[in-house]
Amino acid sequence: MALKKVKGNFERMFDKNLTDLVRGIRNNKDNEAKYISQCIEEIKQELRQDNVSVKCNAVAKLTYIQMLGYDISWAGFNIIEVMSSSRFTCKRIGYLAASQCFHPDSELLMLTTNMIRKDLNSQNQYDAGVALSGLSCFISPDLSRDLANDIMTLMSSTKPYLRMKAVLMMYKVFLRYPEALRPAFPKLKEKLEDPDPGVQSAAVNVICELARKNPKNYLPLAPVFFKLMTTSTNNWMLIKIIKLFGALTPLEPRLGKKLIEPLTNLIHSTSAMSLLYECINTVIAVLISISSGMPNHSASIQLCVQKLRILIEDSDQNLKYLGLLAMSKILKTHPKSVQTHKDLILACLDDKDESIRLRALDLLYGMVSKKNLMEIVKRLLGHMERAEGSAYRDELLFKVIEICAQSSYLYVTNFEWYMTVLVELIQLEAGSKHGCLIAEQLLDVAIRVPVVRQFAVIEMTNLLDTFAVSTQSNSMYEVLYAAAWIVGEFSSELADAEKTLNILMRPRQLPGHIQGVYVQNVIKLFARLATTCLEQQNMSGIVCLCDHVLEKLHHFNGSNDIEVQERANSACMLIEMLRKQLTASDETATTGAIPTLAIEIVQEMALLFAGELIPVAPKAQRKVPLPNGLDLDEWINEPPPEDASSSSSDHDKDELFVSSTHDGNDAAGGVHAGAKRRKSLELTPEQMERQRVARLIEQSNNPHYLKSTPISSSIAIGISSNNSNADQYDNIDDIPITEIPLDIEGVVALRVGITKRSDKYLQTLQATTSLSSKDAKRKHKKGKKSKKSKNKVAYNSSSESEAEPKPLHLVNTTLDMPEGVTLSDSEDKDGKYDPNDPHRALDIELDISMFETPAKVSKGSVSISPNKENLKAPTQAGTSSSKGTDAVAGKKEKKSKEKRRADRKTSKEQAVPNLIDTEGSPYRASTDNGGSSNNNNIILSDTAHSQHKKKKREKSEKAAHKSSKQLIDDAPKTTTTTCTNIIDVGDNASAEPEAEPAIIKAHRKKHKKEKSQHKEKRMHKTAASDYEQPQGVSTPSKEIF
Amino acid sequence: MIKAILVFNNHGKPRLSKFYQYFDENLQQQIIKETFQLVSKRDDNVCNFLEGGSLIGGADYKLIYRHYATLYFVFCVDSSESELGILDLIQVFVETLDKCFENVCELDLIFHADAVHHILSELVMGGMVLQTNMNDIMARIEEQNKLIKQEAGISAAPARAVSVVKSMNIPQQIKDIKLPDLPQAIKDLKF
Repeated sequence: MALKKVKGNFERMFDKNLTDLVRGIRNNKDNEAKYISQCIEEIKQELRQDNVSVKCNAVAKLTYIQMLGYDISWAGFNIIEVMSSSRFTCKRIGYLAASQCFHPDSELLMLTTNMIRKDLNSQNQYDAGVALSGLSCFISPDLSRDLANDIMTLMSSTKPYLRMKAVLMMYKVFLRYPEALRPAFPKLKEKLEDPDPGVQSAAVNVICELARKNPKNYLPLAPVFFKLMTTSTNNWMLIKIIKLFGALTPLEPRLGKKLIEPLTNLIHSTSAMSLLYECINTVIAVLISISSGMPNHSASIQLCVQKLRILIEDSDQNLKYLGLLAMSKILKTHPKSVQTHKDLILACLDDKDESIRLRALDLLYGMVSKKNLMEIVKRLLGHMERAEGSAYRDELLFKVIEICAQSSYLYVTNFEWYMTVLVELIQLEAGSKHGCLIAEQLLDVAIRVPVVRQFAVIEMTNLLDTFAVSTQSNSMYEVLYAAAWIVGEFSSELADAEKTLNILMRPRQLPGHIQGVYVQNVIKLFARLATTCLEQQNMSGIVCLCDHVLEKLHHFNGSNDIEVQERANSACMLIEMLRKQLTASDETATTGAIPTLAIEIVQEMALLFAGELIPVAPKAQRKVPLPNGLDLDEWINEPPPEDASSSSSDHDKDELFVSSTHDGNDAAGGVHAGAKRRKSLELTPEQMERQRVARLIEQSNNPHYLKSTPISSSIAIGISSNNSNADQYDNIDDIPITEIPLDIEGVVALRVGITKRSDKYLQTLQATTSLSSKDAKRKHKKGKKSKKSKNKVAYNSSSESEAEPKPLHLVNTTLDMPEGVTLSDSEDKDGKYDPNDPHRALDIELDISMFETPAKVSKGSVSISPNKENLKAPTQAGTSSSKGTDAVAGKKEKKSKEKRRADRKTSKEQAVPNLIDTEGSPYRASTDNGGSSNNNNIILSDTAHSQHKKKKREKSEKAAHKSSKQLIDDAPKTTTTTCTNIIDVGDNASAEPEAEPAIIKAHRKKHKKEKSQHKEKRMHKTAASDYEQPQGVSTPSKEIF
Repeated sequence: MIKAILVFNNHGKPRLSKFYQYFDENLQQQIIKETFQLVSKRDDNVCNFLEGGSLIGGADYKLIYRHYATLYFVFCVDSSESELGILDLIQVFVETLDKCFENVCELDLIFHADAVHHILSELVMGGMVLQTNMNDIMARIEEQNKLIKQEAGISAAPARAVSVVKSMNIPQQIKDIKLPDLPQAIKDLKF
């Protein structure tokens, strides 16, 4: 034996150890993957050996390899072997590997239950410590259920190190097994007053985590924490407590009032910045929760803001960041007090640190006024040009829109300026995801501010003309949707509608929904142009317009998008019909008069788009009450009988799709009910030829095409001669020329370099304000200076005394809402919670008030007793030592689950009349792993019994001591005998065929031995259950150690 | 709660990774990569807090990091932790490492990744802060080291001898052997 050991050691010397592995990996940088796979092969060899030290070495190497991203879960069984070694060295390596690669869903974990239990109860505190550390990383619901009592026992260990770890561990247990919370809570609360500060801190930590998610259950603990806060000097713990109070105050305003004073004292006295910061945070939370009625209310908010200012002014970027973060919380409720520090916050916008700039951006929301909005936006636009990260640019873009649009454009005085800003944002930002947002803003402004529409249509025409749809995956093209709609809807504002119409009809590669809008707005523009022609009695103009639009719309007819196709076809039908009426009577054409039917059609078309659009509140539809007697599930028409179903339904579908254009026309036009359906989408040769020519013209006009010959222009001339008035549309204006802003202002812009179009509004504004003030010149200079030096004075230049600039434009804020409904109606607050959040299960009402004076009541009292009873249960079931039983016990426990569940049910029913033990009984029933015999015993304990407890206590303590020994002796036998059948099953179904047999053999040997003791054991069992009652009452858990 | 603790060097090579929530190995590597990219592009004089990290975290989580010479120490924490407190904790962690390894450098972390894990487990347990007092932490570590030494005893002596021999690096030693400068010696010979 000794020889073998020496031999093993000798062999081991030549294995690679961890250092060799690391060195090897570093020496093989070029083919690291190959080297590691080679090492893994070696490790597999090593794992097959019997020597634990060799295995241990292999597992240590695996842990390192895991960090490099290799899956090592295949070695799970070996890791468990190493964990079960009796040597601390190996155990530690095993638990480390387990904590790195096991997780709550690992199936292998069920093998570990008894082994971990053994480690937890080990004499060596570091064995238990290592087990707790490892367990905290991979504990599963099953493990939590089975080990909860062992960990609770450790909570009252004599060693502070273990108490501390056990307390933290309980939190993990609660997360996986919420039923443990109620019975464990009294003990946890006891630990708040533990003599060891580490244990105290751990208990605070756990309760804080619990209370963070379900604060209302922990309100009764507030006095205990209050006491701790005023007496403790441990900053780490104080921070946790103060954070906890921050979560509690919203629920109980009275608590907040009490807190203000000690917190302000702490703020004044502490030198630790972390504590100071958390105090301020909680004071803010308190102030938010208290609506009114505080005498020194403003004093404390002032104190907070002052302290925060010190933080923000600090050179330490971390403090600056946190200061801004806390400021944003104050801003929500006390915007006035933050606004006095405007200068400071605006200065942070230019900070070199992105995190700080982002926080300052959050605050900007409350900083803007009518006076400084333009200035701030200008600065943000400047940032956007310089910023490199697209995420930050997006954030800036979002903020610009947010601050401008807040409370219905309260601070925007000039909407032409805002429109320009929006257009600039579009041009600045190539890869933004906020295209939809800008589009919404454009629509919103155009609809709500009637004055700006004229300006808007010009801007939008330009935008439609010049916007280049990039192939990049971004959403900026969405703005075309808004632009097209605006030019169409407000076409009456257009100076040159024909130009816009041509731009819209230019074939472009666009997403379907935007093309659809294009087509729709082409009709709007057409209707408007036709109406003007009508007014001028310009017959040829109308004809020409019809032909031109028809020709261009055919591009859309062949679109892949069904929506575009439908709209284009409807439009074509409509216009063709008009065209037919125009040419129907040749006589009238010669006289120049327009046929009456055509006039009617044009007027009807114009009517379609007449009428003002009013903004509708987003929730308006939902607020409309359902009319009485309306049943949406009822058939409007009875469905046809079943027998004709299949064929007729198919037919219906066909009809639906083919006739859609027809129906569309019907609905839209309302005039030509008898219009012929278009037979097909195929183009006639004549049309194809026309399209081809048009394409050539388009190419010749497009500066991006290389023109091979001047032929194309001659074709164009040919066409124009064919169609006498066509040149009206194919004129020079149509040729897309990339605009070069060389007008005078543009030149200025080039020279200055950074001035943008939107800046001119700012300049005019500044000019007017400076003129209006008395000492105009001086102020102007000041402004200039500050601009150059680029410091915060720029914002101060417009001092408070100056009058607010008058808004140039008015915003229409009326929203269309059903009667008797207000906008402020809140949304339903469902879907707020994550269904997978384990904390939902932990929302358990704890009867804390019962234990309000813990020190006196807890000793041997009714409320604590259930825990102590339960401490016994696992020792009876567990502490088996062999490896084999580990595997088996897990399986056994699964089987016994059902049984236990049944037990639980019955026990609960029985427990109901037990008035005194109401807290204890459910827990006792649920966590009792022991046999059903003692289960019954506990439940039988009744009121009378509890009165006898005190008398019995001294006696029973001795008895319990004895019985606990017996129980420990019993334990392995009970488990092994009851699971005889399962061993055989395990043999067949074992997942590790190589490793298992040896263990099972060993196990069987043991089993035989124990069979002989079967009778003895039965006797023991009865004896044990006799002792069970008194134990439950009073055994101090210390005696287990 | 702390969700993860990562240590990597200036090139993003992981030196320690501890996740207190389960991610599979692939995702772990992606998280390390992403965190490195987020952290490494920041200057040294900016603040040590970072929002974001799409793979790990979400709205409630922050990355809190410190940069020492060649190493980044990154903690991913939720809002229940105090930001400045965690910064202090990182400092405690590094100072403890410094005490244990005597002037810690990246190589110590590379070759003793397991020891670093054991030290860390005395500071943080299952994502919760266990101990912040350095003296207590050191006492725990030393006691455990003593235990290991006891267990090793004589049986580990041969293994130790072999590892010393292995680390001798013979080729370098041969190179380092100083021979008298031969040409000079020949010149100095007097006939």
